[in-house]
Amino acid sequence: MFYHIGRYTTMLSYLFAKPERVSTYWKRLIDEIIQLGVKSLFMVVLMSAFMGAVLVIQTASAIESAWIPDYTVGFTVKQTLILEFCPTIISLILAGKVGSNIASELGTMRVTEQIDALEVMGVNSIGFLIGPKILGSLFIFPILIMYSMFFGFVGGWALCYLTEIIPIEQYLLGIQSFSYENYEYLRYALVKTVFFAFIITSVSSYFGYYTSGGALEVGKSSTKAVVYSSILILMFNVLLTQLLLD
Amino acid sequence: MIEIKNISKSFSGVQVLDDVSFTFQKGKTNLIIGKSGSGKSVLTKCIVGLLEPDEGEIIYDGRSFRGINNKERKEIRKELGMLFQGGALFDSLSVEENVAFPLKMFSNFSKEEILERTNFCLNRVNIINKNNLFPAEISGGMQKRVAIARAIAMNPKYLFCDEPNSGLDPVTAIVIDELIKEITEEYQMTTVVITHDMNSVLEIGDNIMFIFEGMNKWVGDRNTILNTDVIELNNFVYVSKFLRQFKEML
Repeated sequence: MFYHIGRYTTMLSYLFAKPERVSTYWKRLIDEIIQLGVKSLFMVVLMSAFMGAVLVIQTASAIESAWIPDYTVGFTVKQTLILEFCPTIISLILAGKVGSNIASELGTMRVTEQIDALEVMGVNSIGFLIGPKILGSLFIFPILIMYSMFFGFVGGWALCYLTEIIPIEQYLLGIQSFSYENYEYLRYALVKTVFFAFIITSVSSYFGYYTSGGALEVGKSSTKAVVYSSILILMFNVLLTQLLLD
Repeated sequence: MIEIKNISKSFSGVQVLDDVSFTFQKGKTNLIIGKSGSGKSVLTKCIVGLLEPDEGEIIYDGRSFRGINNKERKEIRKELGMLFQGGALFDSLSVEENVAFPLKMFSNFSKEEILERTNFCLNRVNIINKNNLFPAEISGGMQKRVAIARAIAMNPKYLFCDEPNSGLDPVTAIVIDELIKEITEEYQMTTVVITHDMNSVLEIGDNIMFIFEGMNKWVGDRNTILNTDVIELNNFVYVSKFLRQFKEML
């Protein structure tokens, strides 16, 4: 375990080396933002919308009581989406999609000697391949999470509109309630997302970059990337929640 | 010229290279030959700095490659070109982008100059009108030629080729061998080719080192290799029954 922590830290230290050609790195950064973020947008939007709708149904059936106002459903859905579902569950889903993608891409580059080719040319392969992935994810993941929150609310709203499970006005009232707290919760969610983005890309890159062997090992690296990223996300979720909300 | 002196390397207690010394000459095709697992690739990785030898010295035209800082090592690496066994072309880049890659990273050329140099290198290896294709869309032989074009794009002083004709048919293999020899003589590079293909040895072997179980067992050229007394080399050269009969006829 200490061997992996040491090697992971050494890998991160190479990210701070001066880039050989800034314009090439800039192009890589844009490519990674598209690859890791923009191409995940549809999946994030779709899942968030359906989860928002499901949350409305579950909350409405759980607190069905004459003593509890209908807007509580909207409020609960909002809190659930902002505090936990969007930053944590969507990050876990992204760990599966983006993490496996990164590990298999770098793993394949390793076993086909493409990383060796970069090294022989004199390119800092860690900085060139992994740096833009980490920077790109730190930039795009919070944006994805904000889209996720918005479309979660939209999903809930659409369900209220279609089924009239609670009046739309009550749902919107719940969504807008205690708005002075929302900024604090939003900040908490985005700070968490930035940490999770770093965990997903750096851990997945680590397993991909240090793959050795053939196609079988690329698959194993991909699995390890998803498993370890997910575990670390859940661990840091507890730690960050304690630090930021307590 | 590249000199290697007393190179040793072991992995987990297993000695892979044992006190190997040799001089790779400028303007000649220098070959490292030997059976699979004899230590050829490890030796090459040590020479280009992908692996660190346990002992010994590597000297590029009087400049030691060991005990120097990263910046100095990068400067020497800019003078290296390497053709990997599988080509190692970047999958996400087109043929043109692959060849232009080192130029974009390290040269001060303008866009037009990069394009001109890229096309020159591609023409040199007889790749014409394939600029926008991706590595997966061209044949293995073409991939090797594109990899050679990328390796020579920066006009390197030293060219390393790791089993350049593995996986190729004999006709294409000879084309690649001849191309390497032509380029070496044309640009007066120090070329190091790792191979276990006897066709290549007899076609382009100007200066040959035979490695057996991590040790330098024999040094010579293509004219002397067929008449050697070294048993291990004889077993390597005359491996088939046909070749052994041929030797007896000689």
